[in-house]
Order: sequence, then structure tokens, then C-alpha cells
Amino acid sequence: MPRYELWVNGQTHSVDAEPETSLLFILREQLGLTGTKYGCGEAQCGACTVLISGHAKRSCRAQISLVAGKEITTIEGLAQGEKLHPVQQAFLEEGAMQCAFCTSGMIMSTVSLLNEKPHPAEQDILESMDGNICRCGTYPRIMAAIRRASGLVKEQRP
Amino acid sequence: MTQRTLLKQTVEPERYELLKEPPVLFESDRRGFFRFLGTGLVVICSAKTVAWQESGAGRRRGGQELPQEIDAWLHIGEKGEITAFTGKVEVGQNIRTSLTQAIAEELRVPVESIELVMGDTKLVPYDIGTFGSLTTPVMNLQLRRVSGAARDVLIAMAAKQWSVDAARLTATDGKVEDTQGKRSAMYSELVKGQQITQVLPAEDPLIPPSKWTVAGKTIPKVDGRDFVTGRHQYPSDITRPGMLYGKIVRPGAFNATLISADTKAAEAMPGVTIVRDGNFLGVAAASSAEAEKAAAAIHADWKAEPQTTSKELFEYLKNHQEKPEEGDNYRFGSGDVVPAFAAATHKVSATYNINYIAHAPLEPRAAVAEWTGDQLTVWTGTQRPFGVRSELGSAFKMPEDKVRVLMPDTGSGYGGKHAGDAALEAARLARAAKKPVKVVWTREEEFTWAYFRPAGVIEITSAVNADGSVTAWEFHNYNSGTAGFRTYYDVPNQKIEFHAVNSPLRQGSYRGLAATANHFAREVHMDEMAGAVKMDPLEFRLKNLKEDRLRAVFEQGGKQFGWSKPRAANHGSGVGGGFEKRGYVATFVEVALKPGTGEIKIQRVLTAFDCGAVVNPDGLRNQIIGANIMGLGGALFEAIEFSNGRILNNVFSKYRVPRFQDVPAMEALLIDRKDKEPVGAGEAPIVGIAPAIANAIYAVTGERLRTLPMGPQLAAKGFLVC
Repeated sequence: MPRYELWVNGQTHSVDAEPETSLLFILREQLGLTGTKYGCGEAQCGACTVLISGHAKRSCRAQISLVAGKEITTIEGLAQGEKLHPVQQAFLEEGAMQCAFCTSGMIMSTVSLLNEKPHPAEQDILESMDGNICRCGTYPRIMAAIRRASGLVKEQRP
Repeated sequence: MTQRTLLKQTVEPERYELLKEPPVLFESDRRGFFRFLGTGLVVICSAKTVAWQESGAGRRRGGQELPQEIDAWLHIGEKGEITAFTGKVEVGQNIRTSLTQAIAEELRVPVESIELVMGDTKLVPYDIGTFGSLTTPVMNLQLRRVSGAARDVLIAMAAKQWSVDAARLTATDGKVEDTQGKRSAMYSELVKGQQITQVLPAEDPLIPPSKWTVAGKTIPKVDGRDFVTGRHQYPSDITRPGMLYGKIVRPGAFNATLISADTKAAEAMPGVTIVRDGNFLGVAAASSAEAEKAAAAIHADWKAEPQTTSKELFEYLKNHQEKPEEGDNYRFGSGDVVPAFAAATHKVSATYNINYIAHAPLEPRAAVAEWTGDQLTVWTGTQRPFGVRSELGSAFKMPEDKVRVLMPDTGSGYGGKHAGDAALEAARLARAAKKPVKVVWTREEEFTWAYFRPAGVIEITSAVNADGSVTAWEFHNYNSGTAGFRTYYDVPNQKIEFHAVNSPLRQGSYRGLAATANHFAREVHMDEMAGAVKMDPLEFRLKNLKEDRLRAVFEQGGKQFGWSKPRAANHGSGVGGGFEKRGYVATFVEVALKPGTGEIKIQRVLTAFDCGAVVNPDGLRNQIIGANIMGLGGALFEAIEFSNGRILNNVFSKYRVPRFQDVPAMEALLIDRKDKEPVGAGEAPIVGIAPAIANAIYAVTGERLRTLPMGPQLAAKGFLVC
């Protein structure tokens, strides 16, 4: 079984895996990073979203051999110590979660969107987030959290 | 009375997963249950003081009542730590927060000082399950009573210590205060070195909702930080030392029997455990990749009978009725519909069809099972930890007190996680492997081997006078269920029947149960009747409605929505509402038709909702809007397609659920009734959206839609909802 060097949240890890093994299962089973979720395994729900070189990728369909050596960020790598990333903070402040199983993926997708477009238009948000499913239907709150994080909305919610 | 008999009398027949005959019934023995909580104050309840949902069902087995048990509900330790215990579970409805608020309110302590232990069968009092929107009316009340009792004991203790009248003392912010004597004592000081047990008094004064200071306000999710950092461990995230990963070899069709299995290739793989037990065939290995590989290497032959297809679903349901049972609650009648129909000015008849849909919780069913000697511990995502404990006890022929089920806050359920399938599978594999085993269903398994919301056929015939008063109502529901099948409109002659059907698919509870189907049919039919007498649909409803609280949601919702204001060209409005799980709901929808294209856009949705006194306005809005968005899927797109025992659309790429771009402008209008006890809100708000959309689309297109989902019928007529 080949060995790969993975660079996750600023740390390197050596993992033994078949080349086609999905990054999601390496993260969850070998590295203990369970914040990244399995929701469908076909890149349709977004629960497994991580950042690879700063861009949102569905880790369930990312083969280990193709992401080795690249900069990988998971939900666990966003906060600086106890200080939350602004997107995490915005999700908390907007109450943008119910069961929250989609939340990691939603946050990672938002970070990626704001990396590319710090002040996205409404349609940009809709299009870039449409691959992330929230079965609890928290979409309007998540939209509000994204707007808050992008600094478009500064006032406190009543 | 057996648990099953009790259930049959108290729950709707469409909760098929709860009513099926359990394989074995054990005499439960919970002696030795009383746990050591440390010194301090414990509030306990004898079974008799607890509402039925929390007691009778679980304490009776095999026709015999067990000795009355003592359950601890609240503990205040000498360091001031407060622990409360409930068998209710968190699946995203945010009850960990709202129940914590209720405790904080009565106990007069900061929210942060409370730890709520939920759904751990070893630690919490028996609970039948988290369903039926019962958490707020039952558990919220129970925890407020328990907390109020603890507060009164603490005040009495301080009064004794200071030799003053308890009436002049107040409890606030975790301490008892004597404003006259200018002294105070922290709860922790009062209980230090003590072992006090207080039985919950039968009657105790509660703080009325109009005087709430913590409850009734928006507070953020109590452990929200754990969710935005990925730290929270869902059932599928649990790991145990030495744990293996399980994979089940599934049959190619429902109701198949395992004939043979060639496991040689899998057996040759290192570290693989294979279990074949009856129809169960599964493997466990060191990683999920290895387990998958081993499962794929097994060649199994299954035998299955030919089965029906979704294309013939509605004819099938009409033709496969079961014999009615004696004494069931499947029918209701008043007056006599026959002469009323004969004398009718207008008679309206229509048939409505409802497809099977899937819960599709984002976290699939998952469990981790660990055997320690003859003790079994299972972490699993279930709305019925005690129910799953019974299933495990039965399956492994062991007393239930040797089984512990823990339910970490789970990635949603919507009524779909009542059964313990994944728990049984993980436990069976773990017993063979002699190591802990985790089983997480794939999305395909989740779409195939869980149970579905019942499909149904609903036939309605009604009679209405020229002045718009409904005189007769005949309603037949095939298979969907009885939830919400009674009409709340004031009709003198009624005949309402539920017809049980031998369902072609495994079916069971779903958020709102059959109330969604029954409200869809009834509320679309109300519009059809209003059309027959050329009345405004809202005015027609109010003319036939006496119930004040239901009138209020229709009237106030209509006002807020601007129902009576003229709509723009190519815009139409629809309304649908009703009463379910003690909540009153009216949903208003505006749609727009893009001229010349057939494109229909749902512009905005407003739901007015009355669930008594509001406990957490923000959480409530989330539930109302979330239920409406979930309801959009069943209204427009979702339908399980099946053929010959297989599900044809068992992935998200083939089963469309609502996404960001599907969501219209959403508004929730909270009718906060401080004079009424709070009731649940997880289910009722889902029932209005489908009929409101159907009625709005009719208003703008003239097409009457009578099937859920509506998308395919619309497409056949050249319309597209986008």
C-alpha cells in the first residue's frame, strides 16, 4: 500500500492508503478529524467540503493520490486557538444551524466563496452554495450568516 | 396493558415502525438503577407524578406493572453544578437550548451553569421517544416543575438556616436572597455536605409565561460553538479503542431471502470478520475501505418475489386494503351525509394522490456498538433510545438493564430515526468480531433500507350551499394515515374514514405524519368548493370556521401577507392551513408566472403560527421556516421511485431536495399566546405549504394540482417551477 504525505491544517501526516481512497475517509478514520462529514459520497450534498489550496472541494470525491502534498484545511483548522474564524462567528451569531450536520460544509464553502469574492452578490451566494444541502431548511439563516461574514451586514439582528 | 396495546391506543396508525410486533418481550429489570450523583440536592419523581408519556408505557411489560420506580430529574451539586436529565433527544429542533431555558427560568440560574443529559438510557428517566411534538408540552413542563420544586427546597433551606419566613426570600442568579436581612446564600453553599432528596409535589406553582425572563427570549444554541468548530461528536463520529468498521451486504430487492453466500475471497482478507445469521450478512474490518472491499468480494444469492412499481402505486393502494381492526380510531362521523348530498346545491368530488417520500436526514443512520462481557453499549442516532434498547434486548435475548443506549445530538431525524437498524447491525458485528464496530449507512442505504412517509390516496366529496356554507363532507384516506384527517371546519354532516393498506414499501413516521397529506387534500378541496360558489378562498374558510385560534392565524396571517391587496399581473396567491399537534397554522404563498415561458416562481411564503406561549422566538422561527422549506420538497419534487423491490432514485443526484436556489422569501408570524401553555412546533408548520402552493398555482394558471409532488404534473402541462 503506498504512503502519502498529507498537509492538513498546517501539519503533515504520513498515511498508508490505496491511491483511490477518498480524502474524507482518511480525514475521519486515520487522522481523527471527524468535523468533516459524510452525507452522500457523490459530491451532491457538500457536507464533506474542505479547502484544498484555499478552494472548496468535496473530500468524498477527492482521491488521496491527487491531494497529497497540497494545502488542506478542514473545519478544525479554521479557528486560531479560541478565536473563531469570522465565518464561524457569523454562523453562531445568526443561529444559522439546526441539527448542524451540514454546518462544517456550509462554513468551508463560505470561506472559499469569500476568499474568491469578499463581497458576493446575492446570486453569487446562491450559485456557489447550491451544492450544499441543509435538510433542516436553514437556508435563509445561512444566507444571512454569509452576508454578515462578508461585512455587508454590520447591524445586529433584532 | 402491553406497550404495544398502549401505543396502539395513543399513536397514529401511520407510525408503523412503532406498532409492528416486537420479536420478543422481556421482563425489564431496572433494579440498581438509582445512581450515585454525589452530595447535594436531587429532585425525584415517582412514576405517578409524571405525565403518561414519560411513565406508563415503559414501566409495564407483558401485562404486569413493575414496581414503582424512582427517577432523578435534577441534581444540584455542592460546587453549584446543575445537571438535569431527560430522555428526549436533540435532532436539530433545538430542544437542548429551549429545555435548558425552561430549567434556568424556574431554578433562577444562568443558562451556562446547566448541563442537560439527554437520551442516555443508563442515566435518564424512561421516555417513550422524541416524536409527536411532545417535548415542549410535556418535557418542558416537566423540567419547569422539577426546577421549581428544587428552587422551593433551596428557599426553604435558607429560611430555616436564617430562621425567617420563606415568603420573604427570593431566588435569583443561583442564590437565595433575603433583601430585608441583606444576606444571600449560593445554592452550592446551601446544599454543601447534604444529601437531600425532594419528591416532586403533585401540585406546584409555576412561573406563568407572562412573567418569564429567560424562557420566552431568544438565546443562542447552548453548545453552538461545538458545531461551528466541528468539535461536536455525532453518532457517526464516535470512535472507540480498537474499533472496526462494519459493512452490510444488502439484498438486491426488498423482502428477499438469502439463499447462499460465497465468502471465501472475503475470508482470505486479513483482519476481516464475516457474519452470516439468517438474512443478515455483514463484515467488519479495520477501515471502511477494507470493509467495503470485503463486502464487495462476497457473492450472495437472494430470492425475492416479483413486486409492484411506483407507476402503479395509486391503483395498488386502492386495491390492497387490509381488513379493518376492531376498536380502532380509523373513522369519524356526525349527522348523515347521504341526505345532505341529495339536497346539495353544489357537490364537489376529487381524488388526491400522495407519493412516498424519504426523510433523507443529512446524517445517515449510524451506530457504534461495544460489548464488555455481557454488557452492550451502543451510541446511535435515534429518536427512541429506550425503544432501541428494547430492540437490542430482544434481538440478543438479554435483559434491558444490560444494554445501554446513548444518543449524542444527531444529524436530524424528521421522524425517520425511530428504529434501531444500524444499532442492531453494529451490535451483531461487534459480538462476532469481539471488538467495537461502527456502522454508518451509505446514502444509497439510507434511501433504500430506512422507511418512507406513507403514500396515499384521498377521496373527498363535499356539498356546499350557494351562500358558501359546507353542509356535507365525506373523506376517505387510503394508507396515508389518520393524523389531521378530521376536518376543523364546521360541517354538520361528516363521514371520515382511514383505510389501512398492505404497503408495498416499508413505511412509518415522518414529520407531521399524514397531516401533510390530509391537509393538502382538504385545503385544496376547500379552494375547489370556494370556486364552485365563487367565493374568495380565505373568506370561504372563515365562513365555515368557528375555532378562534385557527381563525386568528388565518386572519392575522392574511393581513400580514396582504391577502386582500390586488396582485400584480401574472401573480397569484394561495392559502392553506389547519390544526395539528396542538398548533394552529396558516400558510400564504405568492407565485409568479413568467409570461410565454411556463416558468413559475414561488415569490414568497408567510406562515402564521400559534403554539401557545413562545419559549424561544428565534428557535421557533427556525422551526417554522425550516418546516416550510422541507415541505417545499414534498410539495414540488420529492417522490420515491421503485420497481420490483428496488429503489430507482436512491441518491441525491436523482432525488431532488430543496436547495438554496429553491427558497423563496420566507416569513414567520408568531402568535405569542402568553395565556396558553406552550406546545410543540416541529411538525405543524409543515402542513400548510403544499396546499397553499397548489392553490396559488391554480390562481395563476387555472391548473388544479391534486398530486404530491406537483412538479411532474406541472411539467406534463408545460409548466416548470424554478
